[in-house]
Amino acid sequence: MLEGILIGLEAAFSVQNILMVVFGCLIGTFIGMLPGLGPMSIIAIMIPVAITLGDPAAALILLAGVYYGAIFGGSTSSILLNAPGVAGTVATSFDGYPMARKGQAGKALTIAAVSSFAGGTIGAILLMVFAPALSSVALLFHSAEYFALMVVGLSAIAAFAGTGQVGKALMMTLLGLILATVGEGALFSMPRFTMGMMDLQSGISFITLAMAMFALPEALFLVLNPARGASNAEGGSNKITNLRFSRAEGRAMLPVIGRQSVQGFFIGVLPGAGATIASFLGYAVERNLAKGEEQAEFGKGSIKGLAAPETANNAACTGSFVPLLTLGIPGSGTTAILLGALIALNVTPGPRLMTDTPEIFWAVIISMFIGNLVLLVLNLPLIPYIAKILSIPRNYLIPFILFFTLMGAYIGQNNATELLILVGFGVVATILRFADYPLAPLLIGFILGTMLEDNFARSMQLYQGLGFILERPMTLGLLVLALLLVLLPSYRARRARKRAEGVADGD
Amino acid sequence: MALDRWIALIFVLFCCVYGYAAFFTMDQLLPPFMQRNPVWPSTFPKVLAVLGIIVGLVVLLGLEKTDDSDAGPSATEINYRRLHEYKLGQALMLLALMVLYALMLRPAGFLISTTVFLVAGSAILGERKFHIMIPVAVFATGFVWYLVQEVLGIFLRPFPFFMGM
Repeated sequence: MLEGILIGLEAAFSVQNILMVVFGCLIGTFIGMLPGLGPMSIIAIMIPVAITLGDPAAALILLAGVYYGAIFGGSTSSILLNAPGVAGTVATSFDGYPMARKGQAGKALTIAAVSSFAGGTIGAILLMVFAPALSSVALLFHSAEYFALMVVGLSAIAAFAGTGQVGKALMMTLLGLILATVGEGALFSMPRFTMGMMDLQSGISFITLAMAMFALPEALFLVLNPARGASNAEGGSNKITNLRFSRAEGRAMLPVIGRQSVQGFFIGVLPGAGATIASFLGYAVERNLAKGEEQAEFGKGSIKGLAAPETANNAACTGSFVPLLTLGIPGSGTTAILLGALIALNVTPGPRLMTDTPEIFWAVIISMFIGNLVLLVLNLPLIPYIAKILSIPRNYLIPFILFFTLMGAYIGQNNATELLILVGFGVVATILRFADYPLAPLLIGFILGTMLEDNFARSMQLYQGLGFILERPMTLGLLVLALLLVLLPSYRARRARKRAEGVADGD
Repeated sequence: MALDRWIALIFVLFCCVYGYAAFFTMDQLLPPFMQRNPVWPSTFPKVLAVLGIIVGLVVLLGLEKTDDSDAGPSATEINYRRLHEYKLGQALMLLALMVLYALMLRPAGFLISTTVFLVAGSAILGERKFHIMIPVAVFATGFVWYLVQEVLGIFLRPFPFFMGM
């Protein structure tokens, strides 16, 4: 492990890769601040750039930097405008925005940055401990277990979708799997469901799908409802002055950060949970733990109420890398996009990643530390200037958002038909969003679809039929778990009709 | 019937078509040597079609309990019941503009079509300060083209087809 860390340090501290982190964090913050572009859209836009780099380590480092930056940018617009750019930072606005209205915008941003930094760093340490352990277990898995594991992952994503949403999430997952069967599969060299169209021969591009599912509907919503992007209030809180917080406040935050980085990390590891749930849960837990006056402060500009979701969402972002790096199974929309990028770069994440290409594995983890440091040291002082982007009028902003969405899909394929597919899927996605269908499961299903089928087919061939389910106890156990995950929520919902509202969309 | 259940209905129909293709049309083309395999190209789609129909029906028939206690969505939330209050015309025009852009990108070249797209897009949104918007669009187009072409090394035909590039 130590050797791996050294290799990682060497790779991560190359001039190119440090530049990548810095650049990624900055661009992520910049775009993440814009309402309507979440980390998934930003990463999807950046993928062509990352792929052109050619070096998988550098590409993954760049994208991870963008991811962190985007989450941080989302917090900034939550605090300053009460307009969270990202679902994961909605909870940040509960206390961040009241602080900004009290004229403490600078302090709120610093607290957000410090807790993000702590959450991300502690998360990365936990990742260093748990990822190798999980990898070594995962090495024992065969394709049958992989198949079962992916089924568990997909069911968990649906199961965590919230009350009354499980069926819809499952439906979207299946739609994603169905879309993945279009084109020529790797296993069978025959085109399927292409309807005779040449452009569908190689399947649907996942970047196009990601853009259509996330960036385009958000941009359209900004057009449809101008209130969505604008600040909810008179918006006089844009002045960022004093960035400092006192020592007593720091001491008050410390236990919150400690608890939330661990809790957030483990929520992030669970497939389907991710940063959004981690931040809401973190906020709720800390509010319940706080006593008397402190509890009354929550929602009115409490320091703890701001530190909790910020720590938790960054720790969860790091946690979501665990299943990606060790099993090759993404647990959230964002890691699904990262997985797509890695596959495009000829890297297959999974338990062998750590032994076969330790430089990639460790460089990514080390660059997480660097990324968090960059956010704290470089971004924070620049925030007053970066925040100027929020004052760009929407008449200018929206055409550019649409243009970048189109470009993201075009550059990867160099095919204008891709743009028509993008618009078509984008319209469908918008209608689905209107009907309250979660879209992250669709994308995850789409990306896992090919792998799921490959592993299924391989086990079928090895065991000449469905025997693998009964002959391998672990496969059977996992599949039973998947079934329980899907059925349990509706059972419990029936028992306890009224439950707290879940969070639909991923992060 | 609410919108989400209409979508579930469409999804079930879609799965039926998909399943029909998987069950009845795909296997005819299968070469004989592959028919001895336990898994065919149509196996996975068949499973998906069946599962899709089941899940679609669950949503369609409302078998899963939902909590209807939604406390009135806020102004920033999206809600199709308030669609008439939204700027639907602008959104549709922008979509049309995107389709037009897709069709014009090759024949008209990147520089012209992108500039037109950006200016027309902001005009649709109600921007009238063209003396600002046009220079911004031209500059941004040139900048992006330079980045993509020179830095990323991806070829984008800059000029219209008759100019030979």
